[in-house]
Amino acid sequence: MTPAETVAQAPAVTTARPVRPGLFACTVILLRKDLLLEWRTRARLNALVFFGICTLLMFSFALGANAMALREHASGYFWLAILFASVLSLSESFRVEQENHSLDGLRLAPANGRAIFLAKAIGNTVLLWGLGAVLAPLSIAVFDLRVVMSLFTLAFIMLVGSMAISAAGTFYASIASNARARDVLLPILLFPVLVPVLIAAVKATTMVFEGDPMNQMESWLTLLGSLNVIYWGLGLVLFPRIIEDL
Amino acid sequence: MPSWVPLVLLLVPVGICLALPFKRDLLDKVWLVLAAEAVFGIGVGTYLALFSVPPERDMGEVVRIFAAHVPQVQNALLAVVLNFGCSLWFLIRKSWVADSLAESSAEVGLYLGAVGTALGAIWAKPTWGVYWTWDPRLTSAAVMLIYYAGYLALRRFTDNPDTRATWSAALGTFGIVIPVTVYKSVVWMKSMHQVQSSPETVYPQLVTAFRFSAIGFLCLMIVFIYQRYRIAQEQLKREVAPPEALGAPQGAA
Amino acid sequence: MADAAFHIVDVSKRYGPRWALARLTFSLERGKSLLLTGHNGSGKTTLLKILATAMSPTLGKLTVLGHDCHEGREPIREKVGLLSHASFLYEDLTAAQNLVVLARLIGMTDGEADATADAMLTRVGLAKRRDHPVRQFSAGMRKRLAVGRLLLKRPELALLDEPFGELDPQGIGEMEKLIAELAAQGTTLVLATHLVDQGKALTTERLHLEEGRRVEARA
Repeated sequence: MTPAETVAQAPAVTTARPVRPGLFACTVILLRKDLLLEWRTRARLNALVFFGICTLLMFSFALGANAMALREHASGYFWLAILFASVLSLSESFRVEQENHSLDGLRLAPANGRAIFLAKAIGNTVLLWGLGAVLAPLSIAVFDLRVVMSLFTLAFIMLVGSMAISAAGTFYASIASNARARDVLLPILLFPVLVPVLIAAVKATTMVFEGDPMNQMESWLTLLGSLNVIYWGLGLVLFPRIIEDL
Repeated sequence: MPSWVPLVLLLVPVGICLALPFKRDLLDKVWLVLAAEAVFGIGVGTYLALFSVPPERDMGEVVRIFAAHVPQVQNALLAVVLNFGCSLWFLIRKSWVADSLAESSAEVGLYLGAVGTALGAIWAKPTWGVYWTWDPRLTSAAVMLIYYAGYLALRRFTDNPDTRATWSAALGTFGIVIPVTVYKSVVWMKSMHQVQSSPETVYPQLVTAFRFSAIGFLCLMIVFIYQRYRIAQEQLKREVAPPEALGAPQGAA
Repeated sequence: MADAAFHIVDVSKRYGPRWALARLTFSLERGKSLLLTGHNGSGKTTLLKILATAMSPTLGKLTVLGHDCHEGREPIREKVGLLSHASFLYEDLTAAQNLVVLARLIGMTDGEADATADAMLTRVGLAKRRDHPVRQFSAGMRKRLAVGRLLLKRPELALLDEPFGELDPQGIGEMEKLIAELAAQGTTLVLATHLVDQGKALTTERLHLEEGRRVEARA
C-alpha cells in the first residue's frame, strides 16, 4: 500500500471499463476457476476416487461372494457408486463457495448467475465422468464383464448420465449448502429426482455388457437425453433465483 | 344405483374451486359444506365397498380396499401438482398466499400419500403374497414421499421466511419431475401394477363405491389444505413483520 | 438525480419478524464520502449490502449511480465495490489467482489480468505472498487481499464495511491512507466503522443509524 504505486495507477473513475464477458466466456472463466480449485485440492479428488472404489467393493460383501449375482447387477453398482460419490463432490464444490461467501463475491463481480450454474454443473460432469472412467474398467475387471457393444457407447452413456446427475445435483447442492443439516438434505432431495436417470443409465449400461436383442438402447438414450434437457433447463431458469434474493 | 350418481357430488368441490379465484374468502364460509360432503362421500363409499359389493373372482375380499387406496394416492398426486402450481405462482409473483398454499399441499399430499401407500401394501399382502414388491410405481411413490418429506424438512431448517419461500418454491418447481416419474415408471420398468387404475379395469362392481369415496377424499383434501393453509398464514403473521410496523413515512431528510 | 451516487427512498429490509432497516430515505452526491455509524445490529451492514445489490430491499426504491435496482443489478454491480466482513476469497487459490479470476470476470484478457493482479499485490503489500494459498494467510493479510480485490474493480462507489477490523495499528494507518487516496481520486465512499474518530477524519457526510432508522448522531 505504498503511495508511490498509487499515483502510478490510472485515476479510478474516468477510465473506460473493459467489456464484460458474455454468458459463454463467463462460463469458461468460472469453469477454469472451478477446475483449478479441484486441481489444487487434488488430494480430495483422490479420496473421492477411493470412495467410489470402496463403494463398488462393498457391494460384494453386502451380496456375498456370488459372482453370478454380482455380474448380473454390475451396472447398478457402478451407477450407485457414482451417485454416492456425486453427493460428496457436489457438496464439496459448494462448500468452497460458502467458506468466505465467495459465491456472493462472484455474483457481485458481477458474474452471470446462469454462467455460475453452467460452470459448476459442467465441472461436476467432468469430475463424475472422470470418476466413471476409473470405475468402469475396474468394474469390468472385478465383476468379470464382457463388453458386447463398443466402449465408445459406454463412454457416451457415462457422459449423459453424469450430465444429468450434475445438473440436478448443482441445483440441489446450491440450496442444501445454505441450509442447516446440509449433509442429510442433499441426498434426500437429490436422489428422488434422479430415479429416472438411475433407471435409464443402468438399463443402458447393462446392454453394453449383455447385448441389446430388443433394440431398446435408443429409447433409453432418448430418455436420458430428455431428462438432461429438463434438468439443465430447470437449473438454468431457477438457479439465478436461488442465489439472488437471500 | 347407477354409477353416474356420485359424479353429481363432484359439482360441489369443482364449483367451489372454480369460484375461489373470484371470491377469495369463499372457503371461510363453505368449508363446512365440503367437510360434510367428505364425511358423506367417504361414508357411503366405505359402506358400499364393504357391504354391497360382492367379492371379486381373483382378489376376493381385499378388492374392497381399493375404494380407499386409489382415491388417496390420486389425491396425493393432485396435491403434489397443486404444490407445483403454487411454487410457480410464487416464483412469478412473490405471493405469501402461494407460499402457504404450497406448504399446505405438500403436507397434505405427504399424509395422503403415506396412508395410500400403506393401504396399497396391505392390499398387496394377500394378493401378491408380500407387503412390498419392488414394483416401480410403489417404489417411486415411496421415493416421492421422501422428496416431499425433504421439502418440508428444508422449510423447517430455514429460519428466514423470505429465503424459505424462494427455496421451497424452487424445490416444488423442480419436483414436478417426480410425479411424472411415478406415472411413467410402470412403462419404464414394465411392472405388474395396473397400468392405469381406472375403475373399469379394476372391478366394475366397485365403480359406484369407488367414485363416492374418491369424491369424498377430494373434499377431505380441500378441507385439510384449507385448514393447514390458515395455520400457515397465522404462522407467517408471527414470523413476518408487516409493513404497518414501520410506522408513517419519515420526512425526506 | 443523475449526480447522486445513490438515492434511496423508504427502503426497508425485513429479517423474519424484525425490520433491520425501516423506511430509510437518504441520498449521497457523487464524489462525497459518507461515514455510517451505529451500534451492532443497527442496520449498517444491511444498508451496505443493499447498496451493493447483494440483497434486495423488502420495500422501497433504490437508485445507485443512476441505475434503478429493479431494472437490473448488473450495471450497478459493475461500478460498485464492496469490502465486506466476508472476504469473498477462495481459500485454496493463491493470492494472485484470486485476483486474476475477478480481473477476468470484469473483462480483462489473460495478460492484462496477470499484470493487474501483480500490480495490485504490490500495492497492498502482498507481492512476496503472490503464490501462497489464502489458507495460509493471517486475518490482516486476508483483509489486504480483499482490499486489493476491491481496488482492482476500480469502483465508482466503494462500500467499506469495517475496513479497520482485524488490522494492527500499522495496518490501520495504511488503510486510512488508502481510503484517503480513493476519495482523492473521486471515488464516492461509504464507510461503516466503530472507529468514529478515524472515520470522521476521512469523510464529509455522516449517517447515524439506530434500529434501522436515521437519527442525529450525539457525538
